[in-house]
Amino acid sequence: MKKVFLALALAFGATALAQGNVIKIATVSPLSGEQAALGEMIKLGAQLAIEEAQPYFEKLGFKLELAPQDDQANPDVGVAVARRLVTDPEIVAVVGHLNTGVAIPSSEVYKDYQLAMVSPANTGPAVTDRCYLNVNRLVGRDDVQGPAGAEFAVKELGAKRIFVVHDKTTYGQGVAEQFKKKAEELGAQVVGFVGTEEKANFQALILQMKAKKPDFVYFGGIYHQAGVLLKQMRERGIKATFMGPDGLDSSKFVEIAGEAAKGAYYTTVAGPIEKYPKAKAMAEKFEKKFGKTPESFAIYAYDSANLVIKALKDFVAYAKRAPTRAELSMLVRQTTLDGVTGYTAFDYKGDRKKADYFVVHLKEAKYPGEVVKVISFPAPATKCEAIK
Amino acid sequence: MLEILIQLLPSVLLEGLILGFVYAMIALGYTMVYGVLELINFAHSEIFMAGAVAGAEVFILLKGVIGNPFLLLALAILIGGAVAAIVAILVERLAYRPLRKRGTTNRLVPLITAIGVSFFLQDLVRLIEGLWHNAFYRRYPSFSVFEATYTLPNWIGVLTILATLWLAFWVIAYFGDWLVRLFSKKERAAGRTLSIVAAGLTLVFAFFYRHVIFADLGMTIQMKSILVIVVSLAMLYGLNWLVHKTKLGIAIRAVAQDAQTASLMGIDPDVIVSRTFLIGGFLGGVAGVLFGLLYTLVHPYVGFIPGIKAFTAAVLGGIGNITGAAVGGLVLGMLEMLGGTYLTFLTNGAMGTEYKDILAFLILIFILLFRPQGIIGQQLGEKV
Amino acid sequence: MKKLRENPALLSLVIAVAAIVASLWLLANPRSTIPFLLTLGSLLAALLQPIPKWLKVLIGGAILLLVIPAAGFKNSFLFELGIQTGIYAAMALGLNVVVGLAGLLDLGYAAFFAVGAYTWAIFGSPQANEFMPWKIFPLPGEYFYLFMLVAVVVAAITGVVIGSPALRLKGDYLAIVTLGLGEVVRVLANNLDQPINFTNGPQGITPIQRPPIDWFIGLLDKFGLQMSKAEAYPLYFYLLVLVIIGIVTLVNIRLDRSRFGRAWIAIREDETAARAMGIPLFPTKLIAFATGASFSGAMGALFAAKQLYVSPESFTLIQSIMILVMVILGGMGSIPGAILGAATVTILNVDLLKSASDYLNDLRNAGYTLNLGFFKYNFANLPNQLEPAKYERMVFGLIMILMMIYRPEGIIPERRHVLEMKKEES
Repeated sequence: MKKVFLALALAFGATALAQGNVIKIATVSPLSGEQAALGEMIKLGAQLAIEEAQPYFEKLGFKLELAPQDDQANPDVGVAVARRLVTDPEIVAVVGHLNTGVAIPSSEVYKDYQLAMVSPANTGPAVTDRCYLNVNRLVGRDDVQGPAGAEFAVKELGAKRIFVVHDKTTYGQGVAEQFKKKAEELGAQVVGFVGTEEKANFQALILQMKAKKPDFVYFGGIYHQAGVLLKQMRERGIKATFMGPDGLDSSKFVEIAGEAAKGAYYTTVAGPIEKYPKAKAMAEKFEKKFGKTPESFAIYAYDSANLVIKALKDFVAYAKRAPTRAELSMLVRQTTLDGVTGYTAFDYKGDRKKADYFVVHLKEAKYPGEVVKVISFPAPATKCEAIK
Repeated sequence: MLEILIQLLPSVLLEGLILGFVYAMIALGYTMVYGVLELINFAHSEIFMAGAVAGAEVFILLKGVIGNPFLLLALAILIGGAVAAIVAILVERLAYRPLRKRGTTNRLVPLITAIGVSFFLQDLVRLIEGLWHNAFYRRYPSFSVFEATYTLPNWIGVLTILATLWLAFWVIAYFGDWLVRLFSKKERAAGRTLSIVAAGLTLVFAFFYRHVIFADLGMTIQMKSILVIVVSLAMLYGLNWLVHKTKLGIAIRAVAQDAQTASLMGIDPDVIVSRTFLIGGFLGGVAGVLFGLLYTLVHPYVGFIPGIKAFTAAVLGGIGNITGAAVGGLVLGMLEMLGGTYLTFLTNGAMGTEYKDILAFLILIFILLFRPQGIIGQQLGEKV
Repeated sequence: MKKLRENPALLSLVIAVAAIVASLWLLANPRSTIPFLLTLGSLLAALLQPIPKWLKVLIGGAILLLVIPAAGFKNSFLFELGIQTGIYAAMALGLNVVVGLAGLLDLGYAAFFAVGAYTWAIFGSPQANEFMPWKIFPLPGEYFYLFMLVAVVVAAITGVVIGSPALRLKGDYLAIVTLGLGEVVRVLANNLDQPINFTNGPQGITPIQRPPIDWFIGLLDKFGLQMSKAEAYPLYFYLLVLVIIGIVTLVNIRLDRSRFGRAWIAIREDETAARAMGIPLFPTKLIAFATGASFSGAMGALFAAKQLYVSPESFTLIQSIMILVMVILGGMGSIPGAILGAATVTILNVDLLKSASDYLNDLRNAGYTLNLGFFKYNFANLPNQLEPAKYERMVFGLIMILMMIYRPEGIIPERRHVLEMKKEES
C-alpha cells in the first residue's frame, strides 16, 4: 500500500524534498509572549555564529541558513514545531529550547528522527538523564550549579541563616532545591524556602525575611525578577548577602536593581570577558550587529551553534556532502569546542564532562563583576539502563 | 510563632493597603466600562500597560531635562494617562463599536474581541518599543525622593494590632454565640455585648502579649507608596464626583440604565460610551505609571496579571460600582498580603507564598456565595 | 454559485473533483501548505454543502483515513496537526456543552484537561511511587485505556466540585470564579511537590507510558506496511483521536437532542422562563459542567500519553481562553462549528502562521527583492525586530477582532440560531 502511495507521489513529480545544498540549523525558543526577551537571545546568539560560518560553507558550495522558530513557551506549540522541523530535510540540528517543559516533549520527537539538539538553556536534569544520543546541553545542570553556589556561600562567605527564594519554574526551583540540599549538608541553616510566581510586588517575601532575619538570600531564577526583588529588599532594609545562578548573569540585572546590585554574587559558566578574549570579540560583534549586548543565554546559544557548525565543517570538508541527521548526531556528541563559555566536551549522556563555574562578585553596581572563585564540578552520573 | 505573626501584622496590613490601592485604581477602568456597557473589557489590562510603558518613556526621556522629580511624575502621569486614554478610545472605536452597530446580542462576542485586542496590543507595543529601543523591558528610574523611607510612629502599629485583635475576637464571639444558640434557646446576643466581650478579650490578650505588641514594630512606608495612596484616593473622589455631580456623569448613568431612552433624551450614546472609555483609559494609564514607579519594571506583557487581579477586585466589590472597586481592591490586596506572608508560617513551609492567590480566590468565592452582588454592589431585580 | 447550489448533481461532481485534485496534489507535495489547505477545504465543502450522504462519507473517509495518513508518511507533521486538532476539537465540543448550549461562561476549562492529564501521568509513570506504598508504578501501557475512563470520571467529579459553588453565581461572576478555580488547579499542580510529592511541581512528570502498539504494527505489517514504533505512534494516535472525536461527536449530537440538551438551551435563552417551565436550574447546570469537564479529562489522558511529559505550563489561563476562542469562532452551540473552530485555531497557530514566517524568513535568507514599481524592498534588510516569527500572536489577535466584527455568529452558526435569524427576516 505504501508503494502505491509512493508511486502516486512519484507520478505527480514529487520534487518537494529538496536535495539541494542548503543546510539549515533551527533555533527554537519563545519569540513572542512574556519570555521573548530570553528566547530572542537564543536566536540571536545562534544567528551570529551561523552568519560567521556562512562564508566557509559558501566556499564548499553549501548554503548554511538559520531557521528561527517560535515555540511560545508552550509545550503543544513546541511539539508541533518539532514535528515541522523533522519533516524539513534541510534541517540538520536544533539549538533550543528555553523552557525545560517544552524541551522534554519536543526532544522526544527529535529523538525519533535522530535530529541533533544542543540545548543552550535547559538546566533540568531530566533533559539529559534520559540518555538520548541526540540530546546534548551546553549549560550546566541544576544539580551542578546549585551545589557549586552553596559551597561558595557556606564555605567562603560563611552563610549561616539562608533564605532561599525561587521562581517556581523548572530552572529556578531546580537550582534552588539543589542549593538548599548542599547548603544544609555543609551545615548552614535554611530558614526559608519559598517559591513565587510574583513579578512585581515582593513585599510578602520581604516581610518573611524580616521575621526570619537571614544573613544570606539565594534566588533561583532570572534577572528580571531577581533585580526587582533585590531592589525592594534593599529599599526595605534587608541587608543579607544576595546570590543567584546564571540567570542573573546579565547587565539588565544591574540595570534593574540599580545601586542595590552592589555586593551581589552569581555563579555562571560564562567566562569573564577579560580572561577570555574570544568572549570579548563575540560581545563586540554581537553588539555591532544587533545593537545590544549579549545577555543570558546568547553566549550559550552562540557556543551551541558553533559546536554544531564545527561538527558540520568537519563532515562537509571531508565528505563533500551534507550529513544525514544520524551522522551529525553522532558527530555532535563527539565534537569538542573551545568556545566562549570555556571548553566543552560531552559525556556519554550529553552533559558537559566538566564545567568550570565562576563565582562573580558585583563589587560595584556595574556589569560585569569580578570573578572571585572558580569551582570545578563534574556532571553527576546517571545510570543509563539501555542507550536508546 | 504567634509573636512573629503579631509583630508583622501592621506591616502586612500596610503593604496590603498599598497593593489594594493599586488594584483599586486598575479596577476603576473595568468597573466604568462594565457599568455602562456590561462588557468585561479584557483589553483594559493592555490599556493599563500602554500607560505604564508611556510613563516609563516620559521618565527616561525627560529625566535629564526636568530636575524636579515631582514635576516629572506629574508629566508622566498626564502623558501616560493620555496615551492610555487614546488607546482606549481607539479600541472602542475600531473594535467594540462595530459590534454594537451590528446589534450583536451575544455577550461573548465582545469578550473574544477583547481578548483579540489584548493579544494585538501586547505585540504592537512590543513592536514599537523594539523598533525604538531594540528592547522591550523598560525600567523606571530611581529617585531618592520617591524612595525615601519614613518610619511610622509605633502607636499606629499598636492601634492596628488592637483593632485587628478586637475584630478577630468579635468574629469569634459571634460564632461562639451562634454555637451556644445551636444547643440552647438563648436569645441572640446584642451587637453591643459582643463588642464589649471582644474588647475585654483584646485587653486580656494584649496584657499577656504586651512585650510583643508594644515592642518596636518597625512599620515603614516609602514616599512612592504614599503617592500611590494619595493619587488613588484623589482618583476615587474625582470619579465619584464626576459620575454623580456633573452633566457628563448624569449622561453616563442614563446610558448605563437605558441607552435607547437616553438617546431619546438627546444623549448620543456613542459619544458617552467613547467618553467612558476615555475616562476609564486615563485612570488605567495613571495606574500604570504609578505601578511602574512602585515596582520598577514594565514591559508589554506587564498588564495581564494585575489586570486579572483588578478585575477580580472589581467583581469582589460589586462590579459597576465605583466604591465597590475600591473596597474590592483593598480587600483583595490585604488578603493577598496576609496569605502571602502568613501561610508559610502557619503551615511551616508546606504551603508557601504561592498559595496566596488560591486563598484570595477561595475567599472571593465564599463572599460571592453569600453576597452574589459583591460586597457593595446592589442586588438588581431580574429582568423578565 | 447560485446555479451550483440549485443543481445537486453538478455540485457533488465539482466537490468530488476538487477533493480528488487537492488530495493528489497533497500526496505529491506532502510538505506544502496550500494543497493541504485545499484538501481540508474540499473536505469541509463536502461536509457542509447539500450533497448526497454517501458521497460525504466517501469523501470524508477517503481524506481522513487515506489521503492524510498517506501524506503523513512523508510528513509526520500532518499527524501532529491532526492529533492536536483532534484534542482541541474534543475539548471545544466539551466546552461547547457548557458555553454554547447551557450559556455558562467558563474561563477555567483547562483545569479539567490538567486533571485528566495528571491522572494518567501520575500513575503511568514512576511518579506514583513517591506517595504510594506499593512500588508497582509505572503501570503498564495497557492501563492507558482504563485510565482514560478514570480520567473522565475524575474530571467529571472535579467539574462537580468546582461547579457546586461556582454555578450558584451568574454571568460574569461565574466567569471570574471559574477563572480563579482554573488557576487554583494550575497552582496546585505547580505546588503539590511538597509536603508530599504528588505532581513533581514545575519539574513535571516524565516519562509517561504509552499504550502498547505491537498489535497495530503487526496489523500494518499484514497490509504490507513496515513501520518502526516511532513512525507508527503518530499514526496510531491520529487514528485514536479520530475514533474519539467520532464518539464525542455522537455523544454531543445525542445530548443536543436529548431532554438535557433542550433544558440547557432553555436555560441559555431565558433562565427565568426555564425555571418557570419546571427545569431545575442548578442540577441541570451542574450536569452540563460535569459533562463538559469529562470530555476534557479524556483528552488530557491522551495528551499525557502523546507528549510523554506533563507539566503545569500546559494548563494556563491562555489555554482556557484559546479553547473558548475556538468555540466562539466556530459558532457557539454548533457541533461542526466547535470542531471547525478548533481546527482553524490550531492550524492557524501551529501551521499557517508558522509557514508564513518561515516563508518570509526564506525570502530574507535568499535576499529576495520585492518590486512593486513604486516600492522596492529587499528582504535581506529586514531588521531583527521585524522578525516575522515574533508577530504570529499579533496577527492571530487581529484575525480574532476582524472575525468578530464580520462574522460574530461564528464560522458555522448553530442551526437553531440560523433558523431564528431567518424567521426574524421574513
